[in-house]
Amino acid sequence: MNRLSSFNVVSLTFGFAFLYLPMLILVIYSFNKSKLVTVWAGFSTKWYGELLSNEAFLDAAWVTLKVAMISSSIATVLGTMAAYTLVRGGRFFGRTLFSGMIYAPLVMPEVITGLSLLLLFIGIGMDRGVMTIVLAHTTFSMCFVSVVVSSRLATFDRSLEEAALDLGASPFQAFRLITLPIIAPAVVSGWLLAFTLSLDDLVIASFATGPSATTLPMKIWSSVRLGVSPEINALSSILIGLVASGVIIASLISKRNSVRLRLEERTAERL
Amino acid sequence: MVETVFEPWADPNADPLISFKNVTKRFGDFVAIDDLTLDIFEREFFALLGPSGCGKTTMMRILAGFENLTSGSTLLSGHDIAGIPPNKRAVNMMFQTYALFPHLSVWENIAFGLRRDGVAKDVLHARVEEMLKLTRLEKFGRRKPHQISGGQRQRVALARSLAKAPKLLLLDEPLGALDKKLRQETQFELMDIQEQTGTTFVIVTHDQEEAMTVASRVAVMDEGRIIQVATPEKIYEAPNSVYVADFIGDVNILTGPVRAVGADTYSLDFGGSEPMTAASDRSFAEGVTAHLAIRPEKIGIHAERPEGPNSVQGKVLDIAYLGNLSTYHVQLPNGQIIKAQTANTRRVSRRVFTWEDPVWVSWSATAGVLLDR
Repeated sequence: MNRLSSFNVVSLTFGFAFLYLPMLILVIYSFNKSKLVTVWAGFSTKWYGELLSNEAFLDAAWVTLKVAMISSSIATVLGTMAAYTLVRGGRFFGRTLFSGMIYAPLVMPEVITGLSLLLLFIGIGMDRGVMTIVLAHTTFSMCFVSVVVSSRLATFDRSLEEAALDLGASPFQAFRLITLPIIAPAVVSGWLLAFTLSLDDLVIASFATGPSATTLPMKIWSSVRLGVSPEINALSSILIGLVASGVIIASLISKRNSVRLRLEERTAERL
Repeated sequence: MVETVFEPWADPNADPLISFKNVTKRFGDFVAIDDLTLDIFEREFFALLGPSGCGKTTMMRILAGFENLTSGSTLLSGHDIAGIPPNKRAVNMMFQTYALFPHLSVWENIAFGLRRDGVAKDVLHARVEEMLKLTRLEKFGRRKPHQISGGQRQRVALARSLAKAPKLLLLDEPLGALDKKLRQETQFELMDIQEQTGTTFVIVTHDQEEAMTVASRVAVMDEGRIIQVATPEKIYEAPNSVYVADFIGDVNILTGPVRAVGADTYSLDFGGSEPMTAASDRSFAEGVTAHLAIRPEKIGIHAERPEGPNSVQGKVLDIAYLGNLSTYHVQLPNGQIIKAQTANTRRVSRRVFTWEDPVWVSWSATAGVLLDR
């Protein structure tokens, strides 16, 4: 293994410090005994305990989870369909326009998206709450799913679908039995992306919601305006822990799979 | 004992399995198939041969149902198949990339087509096992495609496309991904399987040796047109054009004006010291330009001037030793290079000719084919 030069060591240190120092401080202070965030008064886990008895936070967490689950699932279905049509649909009228339009929300300022959704919900007289947040989140996360899935579809060997058709499968069967299982990893990662986007969205949810529903990021934001509390630190640390373990597990699984695949291919050629 | 020769194309009463009738296929401005008419008969092993972009793959995709015609019609057993989707055709295809379903086992890959037809469980089971046996894959049924070798994948693809016992099997460059030795073995396997199953095979290839080995008839294509359709032997020995002669194997072409010198005999002045004599079934008008195509193995090489006509002197420019054969490149006084081939029948022998040696090359009047284009 190559030794790193001192320049590389320095840049690595700075890079990682830049990325992770803020989070590290947050995690450390979540174990602070003192109620004052900036004063260290010894180790304690009491804020984690308090969190569990805080009804408002638990409610917000439940709303957030519900919204994320529903909106990411709808977004995955719609986004996959859109990706399939755009990649496979051949050259229909307005294809370039459509594929441009599906990427536009990716770069659209969130306030604009939020505001326009708010106007729409008021316009059609919809009661704002969980339902409207779900709709809003579906709208913007669908594009992300479609981007992930269409990049997978672009490298998908078309002859696999043709082979399925040739063997007597209807176009729908070809999609369900061949295409979908093969692109499933991309669909799942699209879903995960939509899920995380929904989890941490603050701006659009604030626009789309009414008095009846508050998501966790909104709750955190409004609490912090009254001062940062160690409880928020504890909550954030839990979120960091969840996300980090999710990412680590996912990459371990895919790493193990690719190693196994390579190994099996090598042995197969030797037979 | 008189053996009946398999040549339904010579029988005017035979009904073709497939007919292309004035088929044209355009992609935008590009003409992939140009007013093509062709009959293919049952139990034939038919090869479409041509360089890439000649339209051979498009013809196959038309048969499979993946492309629609711009004009003309295609008949399968006398019925027009235009508008019938690929999943409703009694035609199966073996793809160039094999297109094995990576998430299904070998067994399930082969069973895929049968399952779509709702075949009863025991029948399906028996059929898949039969296919595995036919392609010698019994031990690999439970493996996934990435767990078997390239040659085995090729056989899985074949088994899968044969499982539904199609009327017609299309093979798109089926052996392209295999190395030379495996390809040769597999060619004979393909022929055996074709004979055993009695299926009509249409194979697309750019490898002329492959087409010659496996096919009962070969169609040589260029730019969306069929140049010649004939048995491999006829294609090789009696090409109808310089294009076909040049595409199949090695050939010498002598070009010049011709003059009739007797019944079916012409003399051709290619710019050498004396004109050459060539027999021809085709008739040529006085003085028109014709091309004489002669295969290198039909040209003899001598130290002294041999008896008879069609001898010309030159010097050895190059010698290609191929093991079983040696090809001599002989340059004539007018600059033209003639390739002459000799078989190396003895293991230890002194090479008779070497570089720069003056030699005579000669051939008989019937050795070559006189062509007008």
